[in-house]
Amino acid sequence: MIEQFDLSKLVFGRLTWDAIPLHDPILVATFALVMIGGGTLVTALTYYKVWGYLWREWITSIDHKRIGVMYMILGFVMLMRGFSDAILMRVHQAFAFGDSAGFLPPDHYDQIFTAHGVIMIFFVAMPFVVGLMNYIVPLQIGARDVAFPFLNNLSFWMTAAGAGLVMVSLFIGQFAKTGWLAYPPLSGILQSPGVGVDYYIWALQIAGVGTLLSGINLMVTIVKMRAPGMNMMKMPVFVWTSLCANVLIVAAFPVLTAVMGMLTLDRYLDMNFFTNDLGGNAMMYVNLIWIWGHPEVYILILPLFGVFSEIVATYSRKRLFGYSSMIYATVVITVLAYMVWLHHFFTMGSGATVNSFFGIATMIISIPTGAKLFNWLFTMYRGRIQFDVPMLWTIGFMITFIIGGMTGVLLAVPPVDFVLHNSLFLIAHFHNVIIGGVVFGTFAAVTYWYPKVTGYRLDPFWGKASFWCWFTGFYLAFMPLYLLGFMGVTRRMSYFDDPSLQIWFQVALCGALLIALGILCFIIQLYVSYKNRDALSDKTGDPWNGRTLEWSTSSPPPQYNFAFTPRVYDIDAWWHMKANGFVRPTDGFMPIHMPKNTAAGIVLAVISGVFGFAMIWHMWLVAGLAFVALLAAIIIHTFNYNREYYIPVEEVEKAETKFLEKQVDLADTRFAANKTEVIV
Amino acid sequence: MSINKILRNIYFPVSFILLSGCDTVVMSPSGDIAAQQANLLVWATGLMLIIVVPVIFFILLFAWRYRAGNKEAIYEPDWDHSTSLELLIWAAPLAIVIALGALTWVSTHKLDPYRPLDRIAENRPIPEGVETLVVEVVAMDWKWLFFYPEYGIAVVNQLAAPVDRPIKFKITSTTMMNSFFIPALAGQIYAMGGMETKLHAVINEAGNYDGFSANYSGKGFNGMRFKFIGMPEDSFDEWLVKVKTDGKTLSRSVYKELAKPSEYNPVQYYSAVEPELYESILNRCVEPGTPCMKDWMTHHKGDHSTSAGAIIEGKTSHDH
Amino acid sequence: MANSIVMPVAHPVKFEFLVREKEHVANGTLLGFWLYLMSDCLIFAALFATYGVLSQSYAGGPTGADLFDLPLVALNTSFLLVSSITYGFAMLQMQQGKLSGTMLWLGITGVLGVAFLGLEIYEFYHLIQLGAGPQTSGFLSAFFALVGTHGLHVVFGILWLVVLLVQLRMYGLTGANRRRLFCLSMFWHFLDVVWIGVFTIVYLMGSMS
Repeated sequence: MIEQFDLSKLVFGRLTWDAIPLHDPILVATFALVMIGGGTLVTALTYYKVWGYLWREWITSIDHKRIGVMYMILGFVMLMRGFSDAILMRVHQAFAFGDSAGFLPPDHYDQIFTAHGVIMIFFVAMPFVVGLMNYIVPLQIGARDVAFPFLNNLSFWMTAAGAGLVMVSLFIGQFAKTGWLAYPPLSGILQSPGVGVDYYIWALQIAGVGTLLSGINLMVTIVKMRAPGMNMMKMPVFVWTSLCANVLIVAAFPVLTAVMGMLTLDRYLDMNFFTNDLGGNAMMYVNLIWIWGHPEVYILILPLFGVFSEIVATYSRKRLFGYSSMIYATVVITVLAYMVWLHHFFTMGSGATVNSFFGIATMIISIPTGAKLFNWLFTMYRGRIQFDVPMLWTIGFMITFIIGGMTGVLLAVPPVDFVLHNSLFLIAHFHNVIIGGVVFGTFAAVTYWYPKVTGYRLDPFWGKASFWCWFTGFYLAFMPLYLLGFMGVTRRMSYFDDPSLQIWFQVALCGALLIALGILCFIIQLYVSYKNRDALSDKTGDPWNGRTLEWSTSSPPPQYNFAFTPRVYDIDAWWHMKANGFVRPTDGFMPIHMPKNTAAGIVLAVISGVFGFAMIWHMWLVAGLAFVALLAAIIIHTFNYNREYYIPVEEVEKAETKFLEKQVDLADTRFAANKTEVIV
Repeated sequence: MSINKILRNIYFPVSFILLSGCDTVVMSPSGDIAAQQANLLVWATGLMLIIVVPVIFFILLFAWRYRAGNKEAIYEPDWDHSTSLELLIWAAPLAIVIALGALTWVSTHKLDPYRPLDRIAENRPIPEGVETLVVEVVAMDWKWLFFYPEYGIAVVNQLAAPVDRPIKFKITSTTMMNSFFIPALAGQIYAMGGMETKLHAVINEAGNYDGFSANYSGKGFNGMRFKFIGMPEDSFDEWLVKVKTDGKTLSRSVYKELAKPSEYNPVQYYSAVEPELYESILNRCVEPGTPCMKDWMTHHKGDHSTSAGAIIEGKTSHDH
Repeated sequence: MANSIVMPVAHPVKFEFLVREKEHVANGTLLGFWLYLMSDCLIFAALFATYGVLSQSYAGGPTGADLFDLPLVALNTSFLLVSSITYGFAMLQMQQGKLSGTMLWLGITGVLGVAFLGLEIYEFYHLIQLGAGPQTSGFLSAFFALVGTHGLHVVFGILWLVVLLVQLRMYGLTGANRRRLFCLSMFWHFLDVVWIGVFTIVYLMGSMS
């Protein structure tokens, strides 16, 4: 039989017009909104002739500060998408009882809960955490940028490309319907022959490259680029927690790459890693994915622990209690994070001894975590606490996280897990720790460092409104889920036949709506703060009477961060400088060596995205060409030896002088008491 | 941040919810294993609340007492170390974890799903002459098939068992990873293709209980529910008779029809079952001509040469 | 310890808080590349672990003892090991500042790498012809993935080597190029070490099944 050489098949693979979900009104409406919103944005940018500025100052920027901000924006945009998924689920589950099947068919609902998890973890929480670390770590160690600024740019755009693929799956094809970790055999080619799981795989693989490179980047930065005098035990706690998180990234993400690679081989080349037949073993997937998955959640929380350490010390106007013990606790958590993964599948039948080992190891992690909580508590003790919005978020975190941690230790007892695994109790637990820890922490961090990044503080009223909506909304949304777990309700259900459960889902919906209000308050806060930025402006660079080096720069810092690299003598280096007569220099500036911008990052990421899309749709020709283009682009980039330049002295002088002139005595006398003086 | 606000927003709702959990199926089950698990839950929670409640109290107390507006509170901005406090901070949780760890080790072994029962309920050992009921469970797309090998019957989406008789479940799946879960009876355990897990349990009260899959397995997951009926011994004998009279024959071809993806299957009785059907499901050789997994091991040993032809031949000679 | 009370004007100790001299930030390329290699090592670890789990999953098909041609693998291994030695010679030449010597030994390393790959491709082709392709069983899937991933790394290594040769020709032994040679050196030796693992765990132990 001679096969017809079908060029359109070679070029378009299995992509046909049917891939566009015109039959689904929700998607059509969403697409229309996106087109209108996106179109408006593009038109506005063109009208105001901003593209050149965006390209030069942001898209090709290798400045860790710019990249950090872009990560935060990406995270926030994806939060809107992930939260929309959450609202859809809550609304659907509040009504899908008895005669009503709910407004989402299972096919659609199953994609939503999968997308919700994938987006929240990979494209909201990770960008937030990586963005914070990117912006703050070099400033806190007295460096001018990260170790590999070009790779930093590439990392961001690769993450964005992964997010892009997930978003494209809304309008072309569909997303996975497997849950956020895509267990086989359900995610294998036999059970999920469509494009959904392939979107999942390629989005994660592409974003994963970005994350791994970022992990390496920040580790080398922290190890090699600290200011003279800042030995490891004088680093700010946020830098320590960032270091540990990045160690976990480098140690865990390769496993994700490998296991996704094997799933790809199963799906594309009919191999038998995780199949039921021909010798495959689906349990291997579960093990490998959780060997990645558990360190992942510690990657998310450790930097936020560091944020809370900074905030508690600053707003209590007191040195952090037990610095060394905090560090040891962080390192112990990091090591243990790698040794508990089996607690995610106690019910897979590993036997009592294995289950006990992992259960007890999980409980042991709660000891250093508790130590950190106690240390924050004793930092507050005999402090003078200013309840600005970051501190509110911190108190909210402390209470919420301890409850979430408690339910976690409960789940770590295998026989208890046998009755609560995969129930809504589990859902409540991990949202408890992730929202209480990562989300509250991100809002705290954003509010805390916002003046540093933009030059003006966030409006406190809307910040408090946002906090209280989130706090009460969270409890209202998730406490019923703990109860539902006790009532035997399992997760990922899109229909219930027991009407007695409905009231609890409706309460949970109210909670979710409150959270939506909290997000709205945050958006209003951004807008109001921008409008009032003169009144809220930070002219000193140090609005909270801070303790660490980032507060020694202007707000926002100059591109080069520090005109002179600082020398460090103590923990809380800036506090020490202020207390010991630090004088800002007025002359003697030197030209500063800086890396150049690069377009290679976005180019490589776009080609990767095209490659991923082509692989998903089996467009082999396009995929092949994209792969060759990728290699070519990388090789061409390596021929670029001219990557650096010097900022001339005049520019440095100009920026530094301008900052000195802006220095006025702090009008905000709340911090005047016990304020150390900087002699200007 | 007033105390009243805190009470209203946190303590009362939380306590209300905690207390209303008392008559839920997980906390008030009807099977001995589940009852022991619920008991363990209470103990573990209690142990942790020893730390959690005081800590939350102190968080709120310190936040209130050391607020900037309170000038009477002592202010020690440089106090950042206390060895005795550190010792307490590490030792107290460690003590709780040691207690919890010991509890975990003992209970995990005692409540291991693979471990045969040694009692019917608290203070009630297994009486002489009581035989364990064996049920073979197959998770299918998207229904449950239960075999009763001792009686030669099978049932779809309904499980019955006599009260106070130990049950031994042997569990597998045809395709996806599922989880066999009857909350009133015992904890859950995964059902996986080509593998067999086991669960030992006993039901102590007659009643109609919910059973379902607790691991998402695709399109028909919602409908993958069944009723587990605990009944007295004589009622169980009647039920067996009912199955024998009302049921069809579960031949290989009937099974293959059943195995096709379907949702919300009604209860179906089978009065006769093709011999070794469960074994062939477990070994993934229901289809005639497919090699059974258990034969791969025996056939391969000592039966190979290195020439190409022998390898291919060796493969095909495994067919049954 | 920092004191939060405003200090009196006369400070007993004067701290030098700023670095006024021209400073050179330490280059982190080698550390960064080493960390990348460790992450790569973890990918291989996951593949090894999977191989370990699936090493007996023959699904009634051929086993390692049935399939592995140890003399061929020994030849392959020698190519790779010798190529590590030749790369070492290239580095010695680099340290002596000899560009042509460096490029020569680099070229020989590349040729040996290509020979290794050629034999491996032949082995894979032969196995597939025998009906022992990666689709046949879990064992074979794991085998092809592990050995194949290593081979893919060698491909990229050779590609990098060729590009580096071109760049050496164009720019000589500059600081940047030396760093790149160091990185490729680490990469190449790393692949060698992984291969020793593969050779032992897959081929030697597999032949004894």
